[in-house]
This record gives sequence, C-alpha cells and structure tokens, in this order.
Amino acid sequence: MSEEQSGAEARRRRGRRFRDERITLVHGAGGKATRNLVEAVFLEELGNPLLEPLGDSALLEAGGTKLAFTTDAHVVQPLFFPGGDIGSLAVNGTVNDIAVSGARPIALSAAFVLEEGLPVADLRRVVASMAAAAREADVVVAAGDTKVVERGRGDGLTVTTSGVGLVDDRVALGAERVRPGDKVLVSGTLGDHGMAVMIARGNLELEVEIESDTASVFPLAESLFALGKDLRWLRDPTRGGLATTLNELTEACGLCAVLEEKALPVREQVAAACEILGLDPLYVANEGKLIAVVAAGRAEEALALLRAHPLGAEAAIVGEIEPEPKGLVLLQTAFGGSRVVDMLTGDPLPRIC
Amino acid sequence: MCLGIPAQIVEIVDPEAKTAKAEIGGVRRIVSCALLEGEARVGEWVLVHVGFALDRIDEEQAAETLQLLSDMGEAYERELAQIRETAGETGAT
Amino acid sequence: MRYVDEFRSGELARALASELAEAMPPGRELALMEVCGGHTHAIYKHGIDELLPPGLELVHGPGCPVCVIPVGRVDDAVSLALEPNVIFTTFGDMMRVPGSKGSLLDARSQGADVRMVYSPLDALELARANPESEVIFFAIGFETTAPSTAVTLLQAREQGIANFSVFCNHVTIGPPLKAILDAPELRLNGLIAPGHVSTVIGSHPYDFIASEYGRPVVVAGFEPLDILQSVLMLVRQLAEGRAEVENQYTRVVREQGNPRALEAIEQTMELRDSFEWRGLGSIPRSGLRLREEFADWDAERRYEVPGVSVPDHKACQCGQVLRGLVKPWECKVFGTACTPERPIGTCMVSSEGACAAYYHYGRNRPKRASVTA
Repeated sequence: MSEEQSGAEARRRRGRRFRDERITLVHGAGGKATRNLVEAVFLEELGNPLLEPLGDSALLEAGGTKLAFTTDAHVVQPLFFPGGDIGSLAVNGTVNDIAVSGARPIALSAAFVLEEGLPVADLRRVVASMAAAAREADVVVAAGDTKVVERGRGDGLTVTTSGVGLVDDRVALGAERVRPGDKVLVSGTLGDHGMAVMIARGNLELEVEIESDTASVFPLAESLFALGKDLRWLRDPTRGGLATTLNELTEACGLCAVLEEKALPVREQVAAACEILGLDPLYVANEGKLIAVVAAGRAEEALALLRAHPLGAEAAIVGEIEPEPKGLVLLQTAFGGSRVVDMLTGDPLPRIC
Repeated sequence: MCLGIPAQIVEIVDPEAKTAKAEIGGVRRIVSCALLEGEARVGEWVLVHVGFALDRIDEEQAAETLQLLSDMGEAYERELAQIRETAGETGAT
Repeated sequence: MRYVDEFRSGELARALASELAEAMPPGRELALMEVCGGHTHAIYKHGIDELLPPGLELVHGPGCPVCVIPVGRVDDAVSLALEPNVIFTTFGDMMRVPGSKGSLLDARSQGADVRMVYSPLDALELARANPESEVIFFAIGFETTAPSTAVTLLQAREQGIANFSVFCNHVTIGPPLKAILDAPELRLNGLIAPGHVSTVIGSHPYDFIASEYGRPVVVAGFEPLDILQSVLMLVRQLAEGRAEVENQYTRVVREQGNPRALEAIEQTMELRDSFEWRGLGSIPRSGLRLREEFADWDAERRYEVPGVSVPDHKACQCGQVLRGLVKPWECKVFGTACTPERPIGTCMVSSEGACAAYYHYGRNRPKRASVTA
C-alpha cells in the first residue's frame, strides 16, 4: 500500500470509530473528543500533507519564501474578563500560533459574526482592544469581514482570525526533533487565563484577582530562535492546558515527558481557586505562555533568555524528555510519588467530591 | 462529598443571616456559618464545603498532628545520618 | 496555603513510608479500603500508592456519591431539567454523568437551562433573583453535603421562597459499608474512614465495624500526610492485633460530630426505606428524602419524574470493583468498551470512581500484584 493509501486507510478507521451523532460541548474542549472529531470528520474529507500534522500553523512555501499560516475561531463567555476580552484573545491567539511555528507574524484577518442586539459600545471596546493588541504584537489587521445573525443565534460576538508569518531561517521546529534528555520549559505561571474566565462567568461567587495572561509570546519565541537547532519544539498551551499540549507532543514523538510538580509555576490565587473548585492547573488554559523543548545543554541559557523579558519573568525548567514510557506525560509529585498526566477528556469542571 | 478546604474568616458579613467571608490563598467567598457552634469570629480557621463552614479547625490539634509527623521525620533523618556515618566507619555502603 | 501545604511535605513522606515498611507485620499481605472519592483522588494525585511497602494495597470502595447514583435517577434529573421554565442547578460533578438518554450536559444542548453552582445557597439565590422561573437543585453527596442542603431548605422555608425545590439524592455511609462487610468473598483488613463525612457524623458510627466485624478503622484527613499517617495507624493496629476506631483527622473531626449539622438533616430529611445504588443494588435505609413538611420544596413531589429503574449494563463489573473484589484493570471491559469518554459503569463515570482514577492516573504504570484472599 502506498503512503497515501495507508494514510487514507488510517483515516477511514478513525472515521468508523467516531460514532457521535450530535455535536456537544465536549467536542470543543480541546482534548480527546476534539481530536477525534477533527480526525474523523475534518481530516476524513480535507486531509492533505499541509493539514495533517495538525500543528498550530501550516508551513507553506511560496516562491522560495517560507510562510506560516493559521486560523482560529474565538468564542468566549463572558466577552470581557479581567486582563482582556475576546478581541485581545483573538489577536494574541493567532499571533502566538504563528510565533510557535518559528515565524514572525506579519498580518492578520478578522471576520466578525455579530448577534442582532449586540451593543455597539461593546463592539467598539472589542475592536479597540484588538487594535491595541495588534500594535503591541507589531502586526496589522489586513483584511476583515462582518456578518450579523438573528438574536439568539450568535453568542453576542464571535471572531475568527487568520494570520500569516515569515518563518525564521534559524529554526527547525517539530515533534520529531525532540530527543531524550531535552528539557521542557514554560515561560511563566500556569492556569491564569482559564481561571480568570471561569470566575468572570460569575456563578461561582469567588472574589479573587486573577487576570487573563493574554499576550503575544512572539518576543519570547524570537529570543529562543537564537538557539537555532537546539530549540526543538514550541507550543502555546491553550485549551486543555500544559497537560494536553504535552500529551500531543509525546504522542507525536513517541517519547515521554516527565514533569516536576515542585517546579511548576502557579500563582497563589490560581492554586487556591483550583483547590476550592477541585481543578488541576495543569489542565487550565493559558493565553500568553510558551512551552519550549530545548537541548539539555542549552536549557539554562534558554531560561535566561526567557527571564530577560518581562513576560518571561517567571519562566522555569519544569521537566525533561525521557525515552520511556512511550507517548506519556508523567508528573513527579511534590509528595514523592508519581502519576500519569492524561490528556483532558472534557472541559475541566469544578467538583465537590 | 469530600472537597473541604481550610479557609480563614476575614469578615463577618451578616450576623443575623450567619454569613461571613472566608479566604484562602487570596481567594474569598461568602460562606454560611449556620453549622458552626456559636458566632463566627474573624481570624478563625474553618473547613469550607459547598459554601458552608462545616466546622472549625482546631489549631492546637493541627499543630499536634504536625509535630507528631515532624518528630517521625526527625527520627528518620537521624537514623539515616547514623547509617551514613557508620557505613563510613565499617567501610560498608 | 495554610493547613494544606504542611500536610503535603515530601520530606515527611519518606519518613512515614519508612515507618510504614517497618510496621508491616511480617509475612502478611494487607488490603485497606478507602471509601471516599476524595481519598481515591488524593491517593492518585499525589502518587501515594507508590510509597506503600510491598504487601500493602489500597482498595477503592463505594464512597463516590456521584458514581453510585443509578442511571434511572440521572434520567429523572434530565427529565426535570427539560421541564419548561425550570432552571436546573447542579454541582459540576454531575454534569457529564450519562443516563440512558444522555447527560445533563446533553440536555443543555437540547435547550435545557442547566447551570452549575458551587453551593446550594447559590441555587436558592437564583430562585430569589428569578421569581418567574422554577429553580431545582440536584442534591448529591453523603452526610458531608446533606447538612448544606438541609440549611438551604430551612432558609427557603423561612424566607418564603416558593420557586425553589430540591431533587434529593443524598446517601448515608453506614449501610454501604455494612453491605461491603457482609459480602462473602471479602478480603479487607481495615478501613480508612472518610474524614469529611465524619466531621458531620463523628466517629461512633464506625464502632460496629470494629466490634462486630473485627476490622480496625481510622478516620482520615485528605492531605497526603493524613492518608499515609492513617495507613500507618491501621497497620499498627493490625500488627498489634487491635480492632478499634481511631481518629487521625483530629483537627476537624470530633467524636460526636457536628450536632447542628445532624440537627439540620433531622429537621428536613428522613431515611427512605430503600435506595438503589449503582453497582451495589438496593440497600435499605441508605438514602435520604425530604420530610413531608418540606413537600413544597421536594422536586420529586412537585414534578412527575419517570422513576424507572434502569439495570446496569450486563458487562459491567462495578459491583465487584466497589466491593474490592476486582481491580479496575481486571474488569473485562476496562479501557475497551468502558472508558471515561464512554463509561458503561459507575466506577468510570466520575473522576473519583476507582476505574476513572486508575485510567487517568495509573493505567500505564506497572501493576501491583493483587492481594490474594
């Protein structure tokens, strides 16, 4: 069987295993259910070599220039939350997808679906926020579109942003470049965004100052490009948190990531809110952070590079890549034991038990 | 059923309704003190479960438990140290 | 965080683990059951099972109030959520538990107004703020949580809030423990008792386990050091041939429990003749319902619920897992037909269920040898 044929066969097998009849919220949580949906429904029809890696961006070559190209749909409730809003989230999210693909973001497009009845003042606020984020990230919004849907059908406002960037020649990033012994770094504290949004929804009645960390991580990424081929892999841990993103890595490269619980940077309030709600910061979304896998010998250097930037002040080396057990993420607990950090099954939900 | 978090009473909100504000690690929540004996006092530590202060945390007992554990820890460390020293003496590892 | 961090000290862990290894009675293999979902979670989250000496294993019992809610009752909840004009409130734990026609989350995608709350008081507040809607609260949990529902009911009555009702699925810990102990093939040497349930009921309800069944009991806190210390206390009792009820969680649990909490339950609820437990069958006098005086706030009396008993799946071995007879990985459908995404039985349904916990945290680690009876 040719490679194409076996790829198609693999997709058909995946498609047959996917039996869900209706879309539910679990499909959007960013974990296993999302992946199953993408593989069984989207790749089934659209599969092609550019899409299949399912990376944060697609890498295109056009007339000798390497480009990164990505798209993101943004749906968040509430629209405004401490530290940001759907606008800054949209711009930074796309900028970050480009950045972690080893590219400099140049231009974005923004398509708005507005719900009938949305206050124009809210729309202005969102757009102003996008403009500010774009300036901060040094990108332009070069194209846009607007549609309006009937009341009750739009969630207020949804934004889809696409972005294009110029790939930096110094780097060659990919899961296949990761080796045992490599170190895992994060650029700062975990769980800020997801908790900020959860609390902003208001029905948990928690009073706490947690702000979303939404920001462009391009400056952080760019500082690491200096490491050249010793920078193996970059990602921004959004939905599903650090745990889900690392699981995607280990599945792709067939190695194991071992995390040190004591090394994980988490803000006190985020840790406390997670304790109260029975959540694990490893699974909570981040919108202004970077995970980097770096050759062992240059980890300290990478750490210093990250910390040199205000956004990376709390960067830390949090783990290491090992050959076994294949495809897993493990956590060495502060208590002295260890556990498997599985991929998220659905949105992390507060619990009382 | 089991998620009970130690939190400190930082404010009495409504003595009639027996509500107070409890705080842990910088997070605050209004809790009901209806299940506590007597009046809640600012500074007290309570166990919070589903928005209720289930009971007070006995600070003395907590200290005792920790002391017990800590003593065990010290005894263990001393033993380990002894093993290391005597290993050096006999030349065994 | 105070009263949390100190009880998670890794240094003290090693000392405890070493003491535990020394305290083990030579040549014996011991199985200790923990019945509380919170204990299961803590054990896996911190990797406590790895610190146990050979010959000692922890078995997970039926103390997950989410897991034991039968499929039929979940269907009843979904039916209530789909009633017109209802705001159905629930703890996060129950949102994804599947009934025979989907979960509460699925009901939401069909248009039901299902909202997650952290406290029953928040549900009452929703009723106050939305006088045109009917708010129903899905009450689950053991005696730890029942007092909170009880106080909420008392407040609803006191404040005359009529558009509020409770769908009561509270259960008590004693009867399922007895059911486990009565099981013929029991291989259980001691019990780690649930610390927060005990905050309410005290330690005396466990006396019968020591006196009638000759098994030692230790009431345990939830931090990893609490759990290890409790295990040590149990092992010492077993080594010394004692069978007593001891309290490790002295900083919150008192012998007599919390009289106000017990009083609140007494005022508002009473024991049902019998209640069906998923995986364990019907257990007499193990479930709570609202008293007649609170009929106006009882969702079961105000609404028609299907009330159908849906049998467990034929392939499901949860009953045996809950009794500690079968390990999660020994169940024939574990990880294949039964996964957290598509759970067949109760043990996989909630993240505290033994199978779910094992699936997420430990299924790829070397398995510990089963303790032989």
